[in-house]
Amino acid sequence: MNSVKERLYNGIVKENPTFVLVLGMCPTLAVTTSAMNGLGMGLTTMVVLALSNMIISLMRNIIPDKVRIPAFIVIIASFVTIMQLLLQGFLPSLYDALGIYIPLIVVNCIILGRAESYASKNPVIPSLFDGIGMGLGFSFALTCIGAVREILGAGEIFGFHIMPESYVPISIFVMAPGAFFVLATLTAIQNKIKAAGEKKGKDMSKIQSGCSEDCLGCDGKGGCSHGFYDTKAGEKTEGEVK
Amino acid sequence: MFAQVQELLLLLIGSALVSNVVLSQFLGLCPFLGVSKKVETAAGMGTAVIFVITLASAVAGVIYKYVLQRFGIEYLQTIVFILVIAALVQFVEMFLKKFMVSLYEALGVYLPLITTNCAVLGVALTNVQNEYGILTGIVNGFATALGFTISIIILAGIREKMQYNDVPESFKGMPIVLLTAGLMAIAFCGFSGLL
Repeated sequence: MNSVKERLYNGIVKENPTFVLVLGMCPTLAVTTSAMNGLGMGLTTMVVLALSNMIISLMRNIIPDKVRIPAFIVIIASFVTIMQLLLQGFLPSLYDALGIYIPLIVVNCIILGRAESYASKNPVIPSLFDGIGMGLGFSFALTCIGAVREILGAGEIFGFHIMPESYVPISIFVMAPGAFFVLATLTAIQNKIKAAGEKKGKDMSKIQSGCSEDCLGCDGKGGCSHGFYDTKAGEKTEGEVK
Repeated sequence: MFAQVQELLLLLIGSALVSNVVLSQFLGLCPFLGVSKKVETAAGMGTAVIFVITLASAVAGVIYKYVLQRFGIEYLQTIVFILVIAALVQFVEMFLKKFMVSLYEALGVYLPLITTNCAVLGVALTNVQNEYGILTGIVNGFATALGFTISIIILAGIREKMQYNDVPESFKGMPIVLLTAGLMAIAFCGFSGLL
């Protein structure tokens, strides 16, 4: 029971995928035009994350190490397809609002990242709750970002008018540039917190505030997707030919 | 014939500038932010992306038409496309390494960064969603990748200049780059009157 609570806390607060690790930026920016869309995207991702974590954990001793990434991708893509069909059937309005970003959950690096770093090494129950915790953290973050953009850009939250009549909505915030500005502010706040924490001598290495390294010199330790590429693929065939 | 060419040209402008893949659709953000420190590497990345996306949209289009549609299993498109793309990129790397060494030396380092790039899958899925034919799909893929290249080179140019600027402490690193991208997105909004 303890590990369940610890996993949920870890996902929502300690290693929040958006606010702490800054992973999965594409959906974060694209669908947060309103709080409702953010919540919908977050919950869809959570279901995929929890179920794929569970299945991957169940199969962790069967999947050979060499083909684990393709195997993970197939499992994740299957759940994404299932969710896509369910949304299309039961929540068509959300399906239309999220559009192409539903199938693109497959390439969300949070999911593959959790599969690789947690579910493939741990038993079923903690893996399931790791997925739920991470998913809840992601949903919470997307809803917050969506709410900020909706309040500033339309004066509404979840579709309800809350700003006074005299408020003129800054409509740029529900358009594409607004997403960049909100994320820029968010990462700036993270930088500030990180600097303040380091001054007090705390270990703040977990806060990534957007990987500011150059991808070319990086070995994929940041948790982004390119660490999953098999860089030795070409070399093996060369050896065979010789 | 003329009408078709005109349609393709409009699509080219529309996908490259009006609905820019990074600045208005938010696809391929990771390489956009991660490989844009120098104009030279940004241009290399852009070339690799054009190469891979054009190829991938051709292969995905053919597979969709002759395998998925033929057997009535269109709902498997997400799974099939992601596997085809991942395999394609690895195969392209092996092929270049073996037969086109000079091209491999120019693009090789960028290929690993593209495999799970959402822009590649995004283009393949958009082509299917908009019911583009194979040729239209390839043009759309090329145009999307061209849009990516344009925006990443502009961003890299700005970042090179920005190195010498006095940026507030908290905004150093990612935040200032995101702000720049936001301003670029506003500029690209101006293209929306083009079509």
